[in-house]
Amino acid sequence: MIECKTSKAISGMGHSMKRKEDGRFLHGQGNYVDDIKLPDMLYMDIVRSPYAYAKIKNIDSTAALAIPGVLAVITGKDLEQYNLHWMPTLMSDTQMVLPTDTVMYQAQEVCAVIATSRYAARDGREAVKVSYEVMKPVIDPYKAMDASAPVLRTDKEGKKDNHIWHWEAGQKERTEKIFAEAEVVVKEQMHIPRIHVSSIETCGCVADYHKVNNQLNMYMTTQAPHAIRTVIALVAGHVGLTEEKIRVISPDIGGGFGGKVPVYPGYVIAIAASFLIGQPVKWIEDRSENLQADSFARDYHITAEMAGTKDGKILATRFKILADHGYTDASANPSKFPTGMFSIGTGSYDYDTSFMECDAVYTNKPPGGVAYRCSFRVTEAVHAIERITDRFSLEIGKDPADVRMQNFIKKEDFPWKSPMGWEYDSGDYHAGLKLAMDTVDYWGLRKKQAEMRKEGKLMGIGISTFTEIVGAGPSKDFDILGIKMFDSAEIRVHPTGKAIARFGTKSQGQGHETTYAQIIAEVLGIPAENIQVEEGDTDTAPYGLGTYASRSTPTAGAAAAVAARKLKDKARKIAAYLLEVSEEDLEWEPGKFFVKGAPEKVKTIQEIVFASYTNFPQGMEAGFEATHYYDPPNLTFPSGAYICVVEVDKETGAIDVKRFVAIDDCGNIINPMIVQGQVHGGLTQGIAPAMYEELIYDEDGNILNGTLMDYLVPTAVESPSWETGHTVTPSPHHPIGAKGVGESPTVGAPPAIANAIVDALSPYGITHMEIPITPFKVWKALKEKGVV
Amino acid sequence: MIPAPFDYESPTTLEEAFGLLDRYGDEAKILSGGHSLIPMMKLRFASPEVLIDINNIPGLSHITKDGNTMKIGALVRESEIEHAKELIAHFPIFADVTKLIADPSVRNRGTIGGNLAHGDAANDHPAVMLALRANIVISGKDGNRTVPIDEFFHGFYMTEVQANEILTEIQIPIHGKGTGSAYHKMERKVGDYATAGVAVQLTLDANGTVTYVGIGLTNLSPVPMRAERSEAALLGKKLTDEVIAEAAKCASEDCSPSDDLRGSEEYKRHLVGVLLKRMIHKAAERAMA
Amino acid sequence: MTKHIKITVNGTEHELDVEPRLLLVHLIRENLAMTGTHIGCDTTSCGACTILMDGKSVKSCTILAVQANGKNLTTIEGVSAENEYNHLQEGFKENHGLHCGFCTPGMILRATELLENNPDPTEEEIRWGISGNLCRCTGYNNIVKAIKYASAKNRGIEPASTEPEFV
Ligand SMILES: Cc1cc2nc3c(=O)[nH]c(=O)nc-3n(C[C@H](O)[C@H](O)[C@H](O)COP(=O)(O)OP(=O)(O)OC[C@H]3O[C@@H](n4cnc5c(N)ncnc54)[C@H](O)[C@@H]3O)c2cc1C
Ligand code: FES
Ligand code: FES
Repeated sequence: MIECKTSKAISGMGHSMKRKEDGRFLHGQGNYVDDIKLPDMLYMDIVRSPYAYAKIKNIDSTAALAIPGVLAVITGKDLEQYNLHWMPTLMSDTQMVLPTDTVMYQAQEVCAVIATSRYAARDGREAVKVSYEVMKPVIDPYKAMDASAPVLRTDKEGKKDNHIWHWEAGQKERTEKIFAEAEVVVKEQMHIPRIHVSSIETCGCVADYHKVNNQLNMYMTTQAPHAIRTVIALVAGHVGLTEEKIRVISPDIGGGFGGKVPVYPGYVIAIAASFLIGQPVKWIEDRSENLQADSFARDYHITAEMAGTKDGKILATRFKILADHGYTDASANPSKFPTGMFSIGTGSYDYDTSFMECDAVYTNKPPGGVAYRCSFRVTEAVHAIERITDRFSLEIGKDPADVRMQNFIKKEDFPWKSPMGWEYDSGDYHAGLKLAMDTVDYWGLRKKQAEMRKEGKLMGIGISTFTEIVGAGPSKDFDILGIKMFDSAEIRVHPTGKAIARFGTKSQGQGHETTYAQIIAEVLGIPAENIQVEEGDTDTAPYGLGTYASRSTPTAGAAAAVAARKLKDKARKIAAYLLEVSEEDLEWEPGKFFVKGAPEKVKTIQEIVFASYTNFPQGMEAGFEATHYYDPPNLTFPSGAYICVVEVDKETGAIDVKRFVAIDDCGNIINPMIVQGQVHGGLTQGIAPAMYEELIYDEDGNILNGTLMDYLVPTAVESPSWETGHTVTPSPHHPIGAKGVGESPTVGAPPAIANAIVDALSPYGITHMEIPITPFKVWKALKEKGVV
Repeated sequence: MIPAPFDYESPTTLEEAFGLLDRYGDEAKILSGGHSLIPMMKLRFASPEVLIDINNIPGLSHITKDGNTMKIGALVRESEIEHAKELIAHFPIFADVTKLIADPSVRNRGTIGGNLAHGDAANDHPAVMLALRANIVISGKDGNRTVPIDEFFHGFYMTEVQANEILTEIQIPIHGKGTGSAYHKMERKVGDYATAGVAVQLTLDANGTVTYVGIGLTNLSPVPMRAERSEAALLGKKLTDEVIAEAAKCASEDCSPSDDLRGSEEYKRHLVGVLLKRMIHKAAERAMA
Repeated sequence: MTKHIKITVNGTEHELDVEPRLLLVHLIRENLAMTGTHIGCDTTSCGACTILMDGKSVKSCTILAVQANGKNLTTIEGVSAENEYNHLQEGFKENHGLHCGFCTPGMILRATELLENNPDPTEEEIRWGISGNLCRCTGYNNIVKAIKYASAKNRGIEPASTEPEFV
């Protein structure tokens, strides 16, 4: 049971308050970007390249312009006149808005058709004739490193190869020494496949430029409206669109998962079109465009190694990564972390030596490197450590649960310094795994497995005990394009005691309108019901870096608590004034101050707020408002213990997930119902890459599954009935002890599933399977081992 | 995604429809459930000049038993088949197959006539009809002709239905006591087209000897195919493990799948054998029930 | 060439002249300005556009507006009055059956027909029943719970607790 300090009427933390935002969605009154319709609005559609690498010889728009309703065809050459044909990526690389001469990946934007209707724009797109000179693309990232590979980024002066950067961290020599001397060394090659967030709402915008006021209102699907405003100002400041003239509005968002962090060329073209034509321009991408051109996630090729003793002690790990970034590095990472938080990959285990390195390369694939519901490359890291831990257990013949229990960092050893220098704030890994094991009856299952194996039946049990790293982040290390990764809250309480609170983050379904209200309710005792939460309008909300990487609760949630505490301090002063006692004589109970020993002498928060406008002490500022920009002292480290049970049909390779138990520890829980909902959703996005999803390219760079017919987003049938639970280990440094949870399950589930399937197949000498693990792959592996 | 422009006709009689087909010839396409055609038009893989919507023509939505024949109108929707008690009592295979076609909303639109007329070996009904030895009634301005299913499929998206004709009815012979049928396909996720699918109908006599058998395969060849050698391997025999294994082997050898995202040719040849075994058992169980 | 059509949407009759290629979902969203029906794909895969046509759930992105001539349509805007919740809407709210809400209207209309045909479905039947509707946020557990809740309420039975269940 989660303890609540406030009554249900107040609904502070710990209450499963029903969501305040649901009403409009349930009545079809959500306001998503495609729902916006402005007078004289035009529509944009984008002509895309059928080739992965080609020179553009000619763009003939004659036929397109002859179609009734088609007003313009905008090319890279047109944008070049305004120097708007290139833009910076979040990783300080450069990306074409529209090409002037070369296309670098299939489905890249080639030119844009502007028309008076959606239908005319699409007809125009079909009618534009582009001739290309096709070139041989570089698709395989390993081949991209060959000396003979063509240099793709010829736009970069002096660039002689396709290498982007090298990154390394840890103790190189000590790692080598331990590996050289260790009793046991295991190694697996793993590909964490290129996947796509595929939120059910695609990306889009309405760019609304007013010539008279030189004002741009940009309605768009963005998880980070303020950062986007700054980026637009950086890209278009030189044509007069400076930051005070830009208002970014992020309306309701139909799922983000990281895919709505980047600035896509379509947004910039729409702005340019609206700027040039002086009318609002709507651009809504199709699902195919979304899958084929918008930022991918993952695509890390990892060589993972672990060294340890025969009796199970982990001594060191080593990870070597090749990162396929596509044609530009458009990752959404904090600037100083080109591999994001991959260095969390030492895991939940107590050892002090590790070495990690990564090389990033350009290929003729779409750019990206966004999260897919994960905090900056944590999923890749967790997959590597959790798989290699199982591989190690298999090698020494010890149960993977025992190996984990043996190596876990102990509860009393927190805060714990990782070999990579992170300070894990808190955790109780033993308790989490024990709860998960008891829930599934782990040892009973192992017995059942032994019996089934005797009958030739394949059953597997897989564990993943992961540590996440979220809440980016402390200003000393974390910035995006130089802007520190704080976040903000502004609370205004009206005279009648009802409030509006605004934030620099942006919910895409996480339920901020409810949870932020609960945080404020917890501190101030104003019923959450009476606290209106607003996000997503840069003209009204305080500056913040947005919602991704499970950072909202750790940063903006913290800001809400701190701002509310400022107000509580003020409330105490006013109460003391009203009750004519000193502040020290007052005691707080949610929603009221009363005089110690005289509970009948009381002022409710509503009375106090009213007084702040009507009857406040001399010299005190009037009103009841506070703002806070929260710079976290550390990241938070949520953890989880997941167990997956599968049965595999030997003949067909079909995999049946029988059970999946997820025990999460996200510190103090604001709203158990929402936390559980986040975990369910994250788990389904965990089974997705583990068993179904991967963007597949052929050697010519053609995407082979660029629609939802073949990019296999799980339905309710593929998605098991999740069993969830939690342990609570508060974050010691977070104002309300919370840690962030939205992504843990996506991070933790894939290795649990992969470990379960490999466990099922391990009697036949199978030690690893590449995700997504499909029936076909299972059959192939069994066939190679002569089993079928 | 938006289709290219086209004209739309909505005849209310077959005669009117034949007139329109005559008038527009190859430029026209018949619109039935629209759930193969409209997706293709949205992606602009197909851009017919005219759509002739047959949904308003009465008399094509029946499921009736006529002596020893089940008659199914071309416009019968998958969801109607799913709930057609009498049909399923005779042919439980329809309960198997409809559940595996797309999803409930698609099944509310997709028609059995369209599923067959589309001429796609990835669709599920062709294999079922091959197993059931259905006859297809094709109507034109000069009257009706009935074509055995074996002569219906000609190639990729090509069937016996000519540009000026309409598939109007499917007729399925009802076999006597001791008959059972079953269908299953492996799919990557629910609603997907088959990686491999197998339809079986068989009749067993009192001794358990196979006196009739039909086997159809889904997505294992460019044109929907009947597994004739597998049928021959079973016919007149008792269903021993060896006999079934022989039938499975024949199907594996005779089909002609290709490598694709769903799996390799080899995997599919393997799967067809596994599925055939399972469907023979299931059909036999139903036959004996 | 345009065609004259007459359709009833949420009880109100509309007469319009439309291009034959106009998709029903665009008619609803653009011509009738009811934006609760969404678009999430171009291959009839996601179900975000699901509405009821003569009581049957259909994907309005794969039906021509002209095909809806003479039909009776229900969209999310028509399932209850603005200040009311029907049992499914209530079930989704009480059981946290939605996050971003983008799939929700389609889910609710699909579930409406599901419960019409099968008033007391099992979990398995619900999962198969909504298999043409993708949700990327919720992991489906709570959607199943929401539909069970509505099923109970429809039948006059007390629904199961809406508190989250933890192991
Ligand atoms: C997401 C999705 C998943 C699907 N999954 C499956 C699946 O797993 N298995 C499966 O079998 N199908 C599947 N389908 C296809 C679906 O079953 C179609 O409904 C079916 O293939 C075609 O039937 P229809 O009535 O919709 O035909 P339409 O789309 O209207 O027509 C298809 C073709 O047949 C022609 N035609 C139609 N009716 C006649 C007629 N009476 N006479 C002559 N010509 C005619 C049309 O001109 C057209 O060329 C899927 C469809 C979708 C959208
Ligand atoms: S929009 Fe995806 S099914 Fe209609
Ligand atoms: S709630 Fe977001 S897609 Fe279902």
